[in-house]
Amino acid sequence: MRLARTNTLALTTPEGITFSLPLAGPVSRFLAWTIDAAAILAAGTILGELVDRIGVLNQSLAETTYVIAYFVISIGYGIALEWFWRGQTLGKRVLGLRVMDEQALRLESSQIVVRNLLRFVDMLPLAYLIGGIACFASRRSQRLGDLAANTIVVRIPAVRQPNLEQLLGRKFNSLKEYRHLAARLRQRTSPQAAAIALEALLRRDEIQPAARLELFADLAQHFRSQVTFPPEAVEQLSDEQYVRNVVAILYRRASH
Amino acid sequence: MIIDLDRFLAEERPHWTALESTLTQIEKHPERHLQLDEILRFHELYERASSGLAKIETFASEPEIRRYLEGLVARAYSEIHETRTKAQRFHLWRWFTETFPRAFRRRIRPFWLALAVTIVGCLFGGVAIGIDPEAKQVIMPFGALQGNPVERVRREESSKQDRLAGQKSTFAAELMTHNTQVAVFTMALGVTWGAGTTITLFYNGVILGAVAVDYIRAGETAFLVGWLLPHGAIEIPAILLGGQAGFLLAGALIGWGSRQTRRARLREISPDLVTIIFGAAMLLIWAGIVESFLSQYHEPVIPYALKIVFGAVELAALTLFLARSGARGERSPEKA
Repeated sequence: MRLARTNTLALTTPEGITFSLPLAGPVSRFLAWTIDAAAILAAGTILGELVDRIGVLNQSLAETTYVIAYFVISIGYGIALEWFWRGQTLGKRVLGLRVMDEQALRLESSQIVVRNLLRFVDMLPLAYLIGGIACFASRRSQRLGDLAANTIVVRIPAVRQPNLEQLLGRKFNSLKEYRHLAARLRQRTSPQAAAIALEALLRRDEIQPAARLELFADLAQHFRSQVTFPPEAVEQLSDEQYVRNVVAILYRRASH
Repeated sequence: MIIDLDRFLAEERPHWTALESTLTQIEKHPERHLQLDEILRFHELYERASSGLAKIETFASEPEIRRYLEGLVARAYSEIHETRTKAQRFHLWRWFTETFPRAFRRRIRPFWLALAVTIVGCLFGGVAIGIDPEAKQVIMPFGALQGNPVERVRREESSKQDRLAGQKSTFAAELMTHNTQVAVFTMALGVTWGAGTTITLFYNGVILGAVAVDYIRAGETAFLVGWLLPHGAIEIPAILLGGQAGFLLAGALIGWGSRQTRRARLREISPDLVTIIFGAAMLLIWAGIVESFLSQYHEPVIPYALKIVFGAVELAALTLFLARSGARGERSPEKA
């Protein structure tokens, strides 16, 4: 295992497969904690309301119930949810974060307990100052609880699905006729280049005409350098049309 | 190289779904052991998904599938390459009577250290009050302890009212939660390489020693022992357990004389650390009940002798429990 970048944990399995886990930064974690704190507060308020009703019958029982239940909720919230939701609390779910073992092994219950109990130190002197500093200082954005429990918090980014039907329509795609070349194009195009081409098409109406021509000329030149299609497939295609056909090959399945 | 992506996805998707389903079953029932044929099938599916991930990585336009496969491979990787024993189904009684005392004994050295630090604190507090009784104002954290012991004893013994009437259970709950927080905090401060744990235990010891010397000098030894022993016999060892857990954590962080990596050391102590701190929390439930329902009542309501005997029996029982419970069938520490 090695650390590829400060914000990504790259893992190579013994089978030689590499996958990466994007690490959550201090800000997103702080926001998740804010949501969790609000959830605990809400649970405490609801508990208070329930206890008030019990208090009509027995005040002492109501107060005892409140003291114990609030304590259990405030300490057990993170432990219980991270255990049942496999490393996620409400805040982490909303922000797409997840607690994982530092070596991508199974997240053990003891790890969840340790990282949650060490909040007592991380939250000192107020608003997770120590935890925040540790998060900024550590290579894997770990607070003290994470360091002690061998855990990391990763981001699970939502994959945005562009409306390709609206963008590409049902127009004839001359490049698609050459299936082996289309396959080669798919293989040779980097994810970054594909994303840039898609983004350029999505925003094409926001770009100044001159800049638009220049941008699509550059993109078309880049894709032409990856795979050379026969002249009959590309003749009379503008640079923008060429890029659109490339994006259709990259993003749209044959069945569509 | 994949020529026909749609065909590839159509062929592979059922295998990915099967892997996902197996993983869900494994994660849902961690106590279940897979049969040999299931293990072989699981490994095959994992390798197939890994291979699929390697192939799909060349496709720029398949971030969704790539991330799905990355997630799937990561989950399967964690199960296949995990070498720690899986958690068994939790039995509270077995955990309390076997797992907890065994963990305590296995990690006894940090406990002795916690005890030693507390005793040094006691001596310091006792000597400080002995030499300079005025230091009470600085050392004692609560106003109630800063007063004259003789006056307090007279007041308590002559009291006709039960000041906790109708509030005993609430008071017990407050004591339980507060003391548990102290124990957890003492443990958590182990992350400061043990400095915070040492300071907390030392300060607790200072207060204890100072109170003890203050009451003994005032000739109120029976009151002191009758007041503190019933709940202190459990509460003080529970805080020491918090200290034990804190020093255990600190030891794993520092790693004196260990050739293991910090991660490996922490991974090794983590289950015992959690067991010890939860054991301390269980003990503090009992201590809270005793402190609220018994410790706050003095002569003539309850004879001091009875309270002292009760506390002594508790201490003996706790010692026996931690020393012997679950010893049958226990592996020696070297093998553990």
